[in-house]
Amino acid sequence: MVLQPSERYHRDWSHRRLGPWCSPTGSPAPLSCETGCGEGSWILVCRLLVPTQVSLLSMEEDIDTRKINNSFLRDHSYATEADIISTVEFNHTGELLATGDKGGRVVIFQREQESKNQVHRRGEYNVYSTFQSHEPEFDYLKSLEIEEKINKIRWLPQQNAAYFLLSTNDKTVKLWKVSERDKRPEGYNLKDEEGRLRDPATITTLRVPVLRPMDLMVEATPRRVFANAHTYHINSISVNSDYETYMSADDLRINLWNFEITNQSFNIVDIKPANMEELTEVITAAEFHPHHCNSFVYSSSKGTIRLCDMRASALCDRHSKFFEEPEDPSNRSFFSEIISSISDVKFSHSGRYIMTRDYLTVKVWDLNMENRPIETYQVHDYLRSKLCSLYENDCIFDKFECVWNGSDSVIMTGSYNNFFRMFDRNTKRDVTLEASRENSKPRAILKPRKVCVGGKRRKDEISVDSLDFSKKILHTAWHPSENIIAVAATNNLYIFQDKVN
Amino acid sequence: MFARGLKRKSAEEPEDVEGCPAGARAAPSYSLQRQSLLDMSLVKLQLCHMLVEPNLCRSVLIANTVRQIQEEMTRDGTWRVLAPQAAGRAPLDRLVSTDILCRSVREQEGECPAPDMGDGQPDLVPGPAVAPAAQALRSPQSSLWEGDGSRESRGGFQKSLDQIFETLESQASGSVEELFADVDSSYYDLDAVLTGMVGSTSSGPGSGLQAFASATTSPPSSSCRSDLGELDHAVEILVET
Repeated sequence: MVLQPSERYHRDWSHRRLGPWCSPTGSPAPLSCETGCGEGSWILVCRLLVPTQVSLLSMEEDIDTRKINNSFLRDHSYATEADIISTVEFNHTGELLATGDKGGRVVIFQREQESKNQVHRRGEYNVYSTFQSHEPEFDYLKSLEIEEKINKIRWLPQQNAAYFLLSTNDKTVKLWKVSERDKRPEGYNLKDEEGRLRDPATITTLRVPVLRPMDLMVEATPRRVFANAHTYHINSISVNSDYETYMSADDLRINLWNFEITNQSFNIVDIKPANMEELTEVITAAEFHPHHCNSFVYSSSKGTIRLCDMRASALCDRHSKFFEEPEDPSNRSFFSEIISSISDVKFSHSGRYIMTRDYLTVKVWDLNMENRPIETYQVHDYLRSKLCSLYENDCIFDKFECVWNGSDSVIMTGSYNNFFRMFDRNTKRDVTLEASRENSKPRAILKPRKVCVGGKRRKDEISVDSLDFSKKILHTAWHPSENIIAVAATNNLYIFQDKVN
Repeated sequence: MFARGLKRKSAEEPEDVEGCPAGARAAPSYSLQRQSLLDMSLVKLQLCHMLVEPNLCRSVLIANTVRQIQEEMTRDGTWRVLAPQAAGRAPLDRLVSTDILCRSVREQEGECPAPDMGDGQPDLVPGPAVAPAAQALRSPQSSLWEGDGSRESRGGFQKSLDQIFETLESQASGSVEELFADVDSSYYDLDAVLTGMVGSTSSGPGSGLQAFASATTSPPSSSCRSDLGELDHAVEILVET
């Protein structure tokens, strides 16, 4: 498990520019929507279940992490509400995959190293580190609990042997350092091997402590705590491309932080009205431009996106660009505003496009065109006639995320019934897949799913009324350069890989 | 989905529905749908999670929906509150089944639900079901409501909702903003919350809920004070907690 120095960190970031992001064969793999065979079909690599016991074990002693992972891959009723995964994020190389859950824990998985003996194991992810990032708190002034649920995790680009990530709950952002230790000093003069102090009278010789190899240990330590800057609930964090600053966004404000300074932050967006009675719009997501460290976007509950330039003024209340699609009058209903609320916004890797997710669609916008998106994809339009029921059971407020693949050619988002959808922007084909225990055996090819809208239901189709709305895929992630995806379904993390033969 | 397999009771009831389209019995009218949506929204705003701060985005979206319905009803002239009568104290959960309500009006009338109440329902009296007046019960137009088997929808809403609308009416304004104008603005200025949550009206979250609950059992002529208590509670949910 010990990484060679040359593998540990990359200083050359040129490969992150526009370039041929490839699948292992060297060409972008197209999607296959039909039989599920051939190029572009997806197989389950592993399903990871991380119940509460794992974190207790790994904190007490050094344990072979693979043993933990395998022993908990079985189905157990360990899962509690605290285990519900609330965020998933690959790091910049895709070697690590971090998840945060409702219980405030962060679990990091590491990709299995390639080896000649076990080629088939490549692509599997095993537990690398587990730690408690946030604890439940109580706000005594308001008499309200502050949830420990991890809302977002964002990785910092690797600059030395250690890994750094930001994790946030509703109120506090923390910078964590995850590092490996595979040597320990031995031969102290004043302490014996167990760490007990030696009687100085018994010391007759002096020796120099030496570093000796030990079993690999992965430690997570909190390096910075950025607290007390948000009155409202933090919904997004985004690392700037300068790697020195990051932003945190809550419902009404966005703050800019320097990683080194925890007692100050700059407020760069404030949409709180002077009179709270006049509040009609909130910030729902925000992200920095991937290359231009002065630009960022934020989305709102009214379906608008604003691009801001920090060079223009200290307080970016006035946008540089304003993206909004005119409303379709034929589709107007009392729910129009609610379903137009944007739940996620993501820049493409190229920085040219932004993708937004609202309740029924995913839209791709060109930064150069503000008056409408260039592409609109229907995720589950069959729900349009069910909006009243979905409003009653609060499902209409579910916040789905969306992700780009490494080459910006495919976009993915989740739906209900543990379904998730992929849209190929080039071929205009789409596929619906399901992340569930019943339907996937390891290495088996995923069968495309279909929702029957009306009329006769064909075999293997599922009718709209049979969908399980408690099984929702809100969080997904795509490997930065390969066709490997992570899908969070309640307390399960599914990892799928594009099967290319 | 929930309400699976729910029988269409209203369609099976033989009713003499005078002057209404044949399909009206099977699916609710636009105004009934709208009213139910309004009541559902108000309930959502009032039921807040006391332990954890409720989602501000969700509250804002619901409040905007309420505002939108209210504006439309004001334009229609249907924003009219009758004096609350002792027409029964059926509990809130006897709302007309969502399955029935959420059936598209399109199915019923074969046309888009238009804001103008005039089309398709000429005999329908534009009166919110939330205010069960004895007159409304006996008027011929109300047979439509009976035809839906929705007796509950007339008399079934909690008193406090009546009082909210009564207060709205008494202030002779249709705007949500004016409604809250009386309340001390510092009460829900979140930045000033360091001084505590209690505002000038002295009703905290607990008392607001209690006023809500007690409204179901108190006589119709409740004091103005409890009205304000419930309003404060609603305001609190909207803008603060």
